[in-house]
Amino acid sequence: MTTAPTTGYTAHFKVWRGDDEGGGLEDFEVEVNEGEVVLDIIHRLQATQAPDLAVRWNCKAGKCGSCSAEINGRPRLLCMTRMSVFDRAETITVTPLRAFPVVRDLVTDVGFNYEKAREIPSFVPPEKLAPGEYRMQQEDVDRSQEFRKCIECFLCQDTCHVVRDHEENKASFAGPRFLMRVAELDMHPLDAAKDEGLDRRTSAQDEHGLGYCNITKCCTEVCPEHIKITDNALIPLKERAADRKYDPLVWLGNKIFRRKE
Amino acid sequence: MTQVERQQWDVVVVGAGGAGLRAAIEAREQGLRTAVICKSLFGKAHTVMAEGGIAASMGNVNAGDNWQVHFRDTMRGGKFLNSWRMAELHAKEAPDRVWELETWGALFDRTKDGRISQRNFGGHEYPRLAHVGDRTGLELIRTLQQKVVSLQQQDFKETGDYESRIKVFQECTVTRILKGPDGRVSGIFYYERESGRFFVIESPAVVLATGGIGKSFKVTSNSWEYTGDGHALALLAGASLINMEFVQFHPTGMVWPPSVKGILVTESVRGDGGVLRNSEGKRFMFDYIPDVFKEKYAQSEDEGDRWYEDPDNNRRPPELLPRDEVARAINSEVKAGRGSPHGGVFLDVSTRLPAEEIKRRLPSMHHQFKELADVDITAEPMEVGPTCHYVMGGVDVDPDTAAALGVPGLFAAGEVAGGMHGSNRLGGNSLSDLLVFGRRAGLYAAEYARDAAGSGAKRAEVDEEQIAAASAEALRPFSAEAGAGAAGKDGDADGGTRPPENPYTLHQELQQSMNDLVGIIRREAEMSEALNRLGDLRVRARRAGVEGHRQFNPGWHLALDMRNMLLVSECVARAARERTESRGGHTRDDHPAMDRDWRKQNLVCRLADPAGGALPAADVPDPERGQIRLEKREMPPIRPDLLDLFEKDELVKYLTDEELTE
Ligand SMILES: Cc1cc2nc3c(=O)[nH]c(=O)nc-3n(C[C@H](O)[C@H](O)[C@H](O)COP(=O)(O)OP(=O)(O)OC[C@H]3O[C@@H](n4cnc5c(N)ncnc54)[C@H](O)[C@@H]3O)c2cc1C
Ligand code: SF4
Ligand code: SF4
Ligand code: FES
Repeated sequence: MTTAPTTGYTAHFKVWRGDDEGGGLEDFEVEVNEGEVVLDIIHRLQATQAPDLAVRWNCKAGKCGSCSAEINGRPRLLCMTRMSVFDRAETITVTPLRAFPVVRDLVTDVGFNYEKAREIPSFVPPEKLAPGEYRMQQEDVDRSQEFRKCIECFLCQDTCHVVRDHEENKASFAGPRFLMRVAELDMHPLDAAKDEGLDRRTSAQDEHGLGYCNITKCCTEVCPEHIKITDNALIPLKERAADRKYDPLVWLGNKIFRRKE
Repeated sequence: MTQVERQQWDVVVVGAGGAGLRAAIEAREQGLRTAVICKSLFGKAHTVMAEGGIAASMGNVNAGDNWQVHFRDTMRGGKFLNSWRMAELHAKEAPDRVWELETWGALFDRTKDGRISQRNFGGHEYPRLAHVGDRTGLELIRTLQQKVVSLQQQDFKETGDYESRIKVFQECTVTRILKGPDGRVSGIFYYERESGRFFVIESPAVVLATGGIGKSFKVTSNSWEYTGDGHALALLAGASLINMEFVQFHPTGMVWPPSVKGILVTESVRGDGGVLRNSEGKRFMFDYIPDVFKEKYAQSEDEGDRWYEDPDNNRRPPELLPRDEVARAINSEVKAGRGSPHGGVFLDVSTRLPAEEIKRRLPSMHHQFKELADVDITAEPMEVGPTCHYVMGGVDVDPDTAAALGVPGLFAAGEVAGGMHGSNRLGGNSLSDLLVFGRRAGLYAAEYARDAAGSGAKRAEVDEEQIAAASAEALRPFSAEAGAGAAGKDGDADGGTRPPENPYTLHQELQQSMNDLVGIIRREAEMSEALNRLGDLRVRARRAGVEGHRQFNPGWHLALDMRNMLLVSECVARAARERTESRGGHTRDDHPAMDRDWRKQNLVCRLADPAGGALPAADVPDPERGQIRLEKREMPPIRPDLLDLFEKDELVKYLTDEELTE
């Protein structure tokens, strides 16, 4: 077998170590080889210098969304960040996601996201269609499919300024990932939420904090799946919610519908 | 001994991949309180990585498809070693399991008339794989995850507690199945990764859905989770494993750069038109069509190319042979010196489809190569080579109920269960397997738990002694360190004089040994050598020591996983040495042909000393003896109506003369 040319070098890393009681950056000198990603370096640290360094990962291919952390202050996937994007002399700083409580080292408690996920009402299957009878055109599912590419890395949740440094907003704000989930279901061609008296658009506004979003697009910028969260999910959801709120006919329709219940 | 917290649930599912979640949904829908335990976060199990699709004969793209055709393809793919009953149930029930996902919110790619689109894949006669681009596993896991959440929302409405009837215990690792004195399952023992604390769940029924074993091999598409835990837990609980010699090496893993070596390149690349070439530019697969498949594959490039547009009048290209065939072919090309610069071959889709089409159909492959290898697959070929991908072997189960044979209350489904795929799994048949048998496992575990409750028989009790033994086993790596430290590096509790072993080093040595000695092409002497090395590693693993404390300590986790990897690796090596033929995912250099007499034989692995094993790896002076006992077992004859689905000339290639005359 041909071996790849070894162009190894030593990089300088600062990795945050600690737990919920506190911690700090620790310095490491560590070998880097051609083609490696930051997660490889973290693994090398575990194997050679810090066997108990805590980090989450699974797929190492950008598919599971486990290895989220902040590299030089920017939310990123450790497994999809190539070492070659950094200058060799640069010090690389790896810290845990800032918006969530630290468990240990690079591992944070992302429970917030699982709580928010539960607060979004699920898909409502159309009553009249049996399994196997669903018919949808590709162009009608394209929009929701884009949002379903989400790997739940929660980088967008971490970066959004509404909660990043505002713990107090967490209770009333679902965050970009879960507002996008509302949009996904709202755009699902066969979702029958309406039949159950659920208006996803107004609930995004009233219950999941869509109003907090001032479309800065920071979430879109960090999304490793390149989902256009703001443009394709949040803005349309805002527009639809607005239509819903101020269109007098819809408003009337709602009232009548409600009364019938 | 500190008090270990206990909880009671009706059914415990170990694993939150496709099989585990489907089982849990079923058990909960049967009205039982169901707990799911998994090593990583909810929604991140290995299933999330599946790319190509779910096989189900819905016939949306080619109306000729039906369960019989799917059954035939599955049996051929497994070289007739499959549990035919499982293959039958799987082929019959897969469409319902896929359609059901749509009612839970899944959004598959569509056909022109609005149905679920289906794509071609190796070994499948018709386009059969329901898919979402090349991220089908993500769609599957997210849909099941969201279904669990919707059940929790229902429960919240009724009880005020989301977790009253179905709860996911994430980032928890099960290290023991507990049993009562009568041999029935009584619960599980696990540690929480975050805190390192120990817990017990008492439950009459446990479903194993822990996935595979690939982390015992160096080059693999599998994640850290794949340490064969469920396989080992079953063995330690007294169950048996079958078909462990059959490990699937996927033909196309990335080969460069080194840090991504092994990461999967989906078969969809070939299903959608990609071709394999060697360094001379030749489509070498035409030279590797085995006799049993001669009639089914194109003999010229022209015919193969026409097949994509006109499958009724042309035969498929040999790039779409079952995986074992393609993997061996690539291996031979590289050995013959016709490989690519980094020791693989070329997989090219850039000259076969327009760039936009490639990006639409294979978005994550495009992304993966661009981000990780600086290769633009719309403009240049990829370099690929075999990677350890899937284990066909697994827990010996009853085909209908997924109950583990010999251990009442234990069930297994998904990759951890054996039998369904015989000697080789077809692409797409795993995701459907997860759903079909996950549901069955959940159903029958629920039934079993209900009967156990209804019969008035008391639940088997979990006694303190078992808990103490499990705790001691789990804490051992810490004392290995303390012992050495206290005695100044030269004494440890085992009376050895050597310092503790680094679990990462042990793991790397294990992976290297399995890769080199029990890999894609096998020889008797090498497997004996592997068994020796495993014996040695087992002794050293007893001294695996870790630093630090119990909170989220990956070194500790790995030290504990070593027990499982060593057990499972021994099963693979021992069974592979025993089977003196080549079939499916088991290729012997010294026995290159398929032997019809082996067709009916299952190799069954059991713990050699069922009473021992409470502590990891008793020092075995003679590695030949090892921890695993092998046994040959004859498979039940294939039901005549199922045999009738095949032409006689085809059966002649597989069955023994006596079976044919019956
Ligand atoms: C890259 C890749 C692509 C693939 N593509 C396809 C495809 O296109 N089509 C197809 O059909 N198949 C595909 N496969 C195979 C298929 O994805 C797997 O076989 C399947 O997902 C396994 O599912 P499972 O439910 O059995 O286990 P998994 O999804 O692996 O889940 C195992 C679960 O068990 C848990 N677990 C394990 N051990 C323990 C323990 N000790 N304690 C607690 N929990 C534990 C894990 O945390 C996890 O939640 C692919 C595989 C890979 C690697
Ligand atoms: S666009 Fe909205 S959701 Fe996204 S980061 Fe900005 S404020 Fe947050
Ligand atoms: S939307 Fe993007 S950034 Fe947010 S969780 Fe999903 S994949 Fe991550
Ligand atoms: S490890 Fe899965 S996304 Fe990084």
